[in-house]
Amino acid sequence: MTAATTAATELRAEQDRGRKTAQNREKWAQGRTYISAVVILIWCLAPAYWMVVTAFRDVGYTYDTSILPTHVTLDNFKTAFDTSFGNHFGQALLNSLFIGSVVTVVSLLIGVFAAYALARLNFKFKYLVLGFILGASMFPGVALITPLFQLFTNIGWMGTYQALIIPNISFVLPLTVYTMTSFFREMPWELEESARVDGCTQGQAFRKVIMPLAAPAIFTTAILAFISSWNEFLIASQLSSDATQPVTVAIASFAGAQPNQIPYTAIMAAGTIVTIPLVILVLVFQRKIVAGLTAGAVK
Amino acid sequence: MATEVGPTSVKAPASGGAPIHHAPKGVGEDNRIATQGRWAAWLLAPTILALSVVIVYPIITAIVMSFQKDAGLDPATGLFVEGGPAGFSNYYNWIFQQCPAPSGGTVDCPPGTLGAQFWSATATTFFFTIVTVALETVLGFWMAVIMARAFRGRSLVRAAVLVPWAIPTAVTAKLWLFIFAFEGIGNKLFNTSILWTGSEWPARWAVIIADVWKTTPFMALLILAGLQMIPAEVYEAAKVDGASAWQRFRMITLPLVKPALMVAILFRTLDALRMFDLPYILTGGANNTTTLSILVINQIRQGFNAAAALSTITFIIIFLVAFIFVRFLGANVVEQQTGAGKGKK
Repeated sequence: MTAATTAATELRAEQDRGRKTAQNREKWAQGRTYISAVVILIWCLAPAYWMVVTAFRDVGYTYDTSILPTHVTLDNFKTAFDTSFGNHFGQALLNSLFIGSVVTVVSLLIGVFAAYALARLNFKFKYLVLGFILGASMFPGVALITPLFQLFTNIGWMGTYQALIIPNISFVLPLTVYTMTSFFREMPWELEESARVDGCTQGQAFRKVIMPLAAPAIFTTAILAFISSWNEFLIASQLSSDATQPVTVAIASFAGAQPNQIPYTAIMAAGTIVTIPLVILVLVFQRKIVAGLTAGAVK
Repeated sequence: MATEVGPTSVKAPASGGAPIHHAPKGVGEDNRIATQGRWAAWLLAPTILALSVVIVYPIITAIVMSFQKDAGLDPATGLFVEGGPAGFSNYYNWIFQQCPAPSGGTVDCPPGTLGAQFWSATATTFFFTIVTVALETVLGFWMAVIMARAFRGRSLVRAAVLVPWAIPTAVTAKLWLFIFAFEGIGNKLFNTSILWTGSEWPARWAVIIADVWKTTPFMALLILAGLQMIPAEVYEAAKVDGASAWQRFRMITLPLVKPALMVAILFRTLDALRMFDLPYILTGGANNTTTLSILVINQIRQGFNAAAALSTITFIIIFLVAFIFVRFLGANVVEQQTGAGKGKK
């Protein structure tokens, strides 16, 4: 064997080793990714799973800690809707639906115009307006609650629906405006230009061309708006009455037969009822929702 | 209020903005901008009006109220206090933890009264904010890096992180209260017997863990959106140049994702500073888990005007923190939001 061939063989062996190490490293990296993914899945889903399992568990076995469902029953859901201990969960569900729908519709109706202007038009003070709207969404709820508490007490609005709807608009409307603004910025506006060339006015172009195109964006924004209104607790906990309280308040103050015992299984059943529709909605529209949440970030 | 607000995180490309005509500036252009300005004013009017009614008006009312005395019996001393202008006394009383004295004037508020809790509530609020935002940033970054990788089941993970986010905070609080119950799964899993809501540090950690669980996904998604903006070629080039994984992370990922990260941290910080639902439901504010928001709510029924002063203080604190972020840490929210880079008109 000549020196040259030996060198060549060695080189080839070296390359093989290198390739193998690289492959191993790749495999190892892939493995770590999967382990991390499983950890994330467990961390995110396990508590939610525990809520559902407990919701279906017999109240006598509330503190059963077996991981799989045991003593399965539907009684807790019946208890959740039971009004004999002063709970109004059924009514609260309707209240939340009503409040959330009104807040969402009003915010979208008002906000869609602002979003259009912010995304499309060039005008003075644009950044001032945007800053104002962003600032409004970051506003602490407690700063509103004190004057509203006094105002609504004085005019007899305590415990009414409007007393819950109006403050909700203060944080849902800004959210609506800037989510839609970033959606609108990514739309194919050339079509609007073409419509205008074809003789539409700006208003007509908006109604006939842009609105249909914007429908998915508006729908996603509506989901986000509804969820944030559905989750509201601070204002509702102070301004609602038994008749108008939303689900968050009903669940927070859920009472059992014994005053000193927290009826966990019934609360978990109520929590499951409140959460499942949202989770389904979110999973079905996952892509759109993430795009809305991180508005403007994608593309 | 734990409303997740979706800030934008990454600069939209300069071309993503409004395709305004770039005709030579002249009379026509001026007219066009004037027309657009008129349009904008009409379109924005309903939003501005609505926000003025639901935000600006209450704020002004709160500030006016905060300079009024609360009439009625003082809950701490049982004395009748006249209403009327108060000057800065409501603010003074909170900051120096003073309560009206029987002899007139003020004395230190007795321990246990609301008036004696201002500084402890402030400390608790900042403690929660710093710890939760730090944990959420680290965990969120890690989750985002994992979710940015290509692997089978990635969409499952991306869907799963939305679950904690979609569960209302009130439900989250009850769920973790159950997990942290004495006989609950938490103690069982870790083989401990801690009375989680019974003493200061376990109660605080219960709140922190629940908050981190609920809001890390939001952070992760924002950071993920930022990561996805970084072109893969940049990493390839760095690899060719022999940069290690750590170097690539430190020299490419961090600086490029920083704008998105800063905005995410800013939004989470402002949200954490007004934390209310979780501690209110989970611990009832007991064992030093009373945040400023909880203190305001507890004060409302004892006197509107003192509560208004405290809510104004809370507002100012949050405003200052936001100001510091935007001014000194470069979290340019409006620019992020508008994608208003230099390239755009």
